[in-house]
Amino acid sequence: MHPAPSVIIFTTFSGLGFGMLFWLGIGVHTPTGFTAFAYFTVAYLMAVGGLLASTFHLGHPERALKAFTQWRSSWLSREGIAAVAALIVMALYGAGLVFAATPFPLVGIIGAILAALTVFTTSMIYTQLKTVPRWNQWPTPALFMSLSLGGGALFVGQVTLAFLLLLIAAVIQGIHWVAGDSRLADSGTTLGTATGLGTMGRVKAFEPPHTGTNYLLREFVHEVGRKHAFKLRVIAFGLGYALPLLLLALPYSFLLAALAAIAHVAGILASRWLFFAEAEHVVGLYYGKR
Amino acid sequence: MTQLPQTTERKLGLVIDLDTCVGCHACVVSCKGWNTENYGAPLSDQEPYGEDPSGTFLNRVHSYEVTPAEPDATAKLIHFPKSCLHCEDAPCVTVCPTGASYKRVEDGIVLVNESDCIGCGLCAWACPYGARELDAKEKVMKKCTLCVDRIYNENLPEEDREPACVRTCPANARHFGDFADPESNVSKLTAERGGMDLMPEMGTKPVNKYLPPRPRDAAPDMDVLTPLLKPVATEAKGFVGWLDKALSTLPGGKN
Ligand code: SF4
Ligand code: SF4
Repeated sequence: MHPAPSVIIFTTFSGLGFGMLFWLGIGVHTPTGFTAFAYFTVAYLMAVGGLLASTFHLGHPERALKAFTQWRSSWLSREGIAAVAALIVMALYGAGLVFAATPFPLVGIIGAILAALTVFTTSMIYTQLKTVPRWNQWPTPALFMSLSLGGGALFVGQVTLAFLLLLIAAVIQGIHWVAGDSRLADSGTTLGTATGLGTMGRVKAFEPPHTGTNYLLREFVHEVGRKHAFKLRVIAFGLGYALPLLLLALPYSFLLAALAAIAHVAGILASRWLFFAEAEHVVGLYYGKR
Repeated sequence: MTQLPQTTERKLGLVIDLDTCVGCHACVVSCKGWNTENYGAPLSDQEPYGEDPSGTFLNRVHSYEVTPAEPDATAKLIHFPKSCLHCEDAPCVTVCPTGASYKRVEDGIVLVNESDCIGCGLCAWACPYGARELDAKEKVMKKCTLCVDRIYNENLPEEDREPACVRTCPANARHFGDFADPESNVSKLTAERGGMDLMPEMGTKPVNKYLPPRPRDAAPDMDVLTPLLKPVATEAKGFVGWLDKALSTLPGGKN
């Protein structure tokens, strides 16, 4: 899949933003007044900024409101609704903390559930796609959720929570990579089943339908990007998980926590880039590619 | 509405005969011609005369080489036209957040309502067959409409009321009809020739069917009558005999 910057930025930052909102809503930390304002500003910048970035890859963003209508069948529609609902409810909760120094626990809990639901719906947009076997596995939602909650805890300054959740996320990340590597082969989809000619013998793409490129190749086939996949995995794992875990294990200081947060974001951006670049869409088979 | 209908009254679709397709791409051209001028947004081209031409097509023809497992069997070249299969369980429809993608209850055609499409591309991600392309100029999703603006069009002569690709195919490799009717041409062809689904493991239940190439005839070693045919002459006589000898004496004449 083409690793579009808009989608990488969207999934990374909105995941972190909604993760922060989750913990703020749960009430592990109830800042008030100006401090609360600062926390909520960061969370909203990431959550809303990510959502806005995601509209950049729409062909017709002016019609985006229509995307709230098909929640019965579409995970993308559900995501939109969950996101807006979470943002509205958490704005009420935040207003209580900032202006009245009063947490309304019920509002916070509802907001937290909606925030977690938003991240889950985002992950399901990818998980549901049978056409991308690497995404079509349970570690995908598990990875999105653990990263959002772990990163969110890190940004809310919850060292122990962040440490535990990032440790879990690191394990799931490993599973996602290793299991993901054989998903296409395990899916049983080959050029043979794609063309129905597999029963006759070995099928080889002989001539593509066009001399130039096209939308399908630009969007779904990204073989070049995988050349450095292993190095990037090392970088993503080091920055996104290992370094933050190490820094969190040291005696707490604000500087170390800030460093951990920066390293984590950089590592997760790399990991998200890989999430797209390494994902093979079965349509590539028709072109003799992956 | 992006929930799929439980069943559709008719199941219109295509049968594509991989045995007779000659790979001429005429269906590709006629499809682009009809669909860029009629229903919905035109199918744009980018840099059509430049160094890196590309464009939107609803139908494309791949070519594959199939090498049988038997050691002395020869490889076959098979031309393979591909367009939307109008799946019964179309994943492209259910993922659509806006309701722009839908499957018609009356005839099973999968369409995009372009004025509702936000161009998110998710439907193209969900389609295993690469049957949907986001138009680079119009920024809306384009796909085969089964020429919905031809097949019911009473302004066209009767023989033109079928998809442009079917109408144009010089090899008669494309057939259009209703799969819900067991007596239709397409249902019969599918039954007779073992029409197959592409990627059945995806669970999309494609309506369009592909007819596998027939096994090639093997040339018999010799005609049954051959042993009965005696050579007319083994030794040349008379004038021909003289000519044969004379020519053989010339340098290079003997072989
Ligand atoms: S072929 Fe692709 S676009 Fe057409 S109905 Fe099936 S899944 Fe949808
Ligand atoms: S590109 Fe258009 S038709 Fe396809 S899923 Fe998005 S809104 Fe629906």
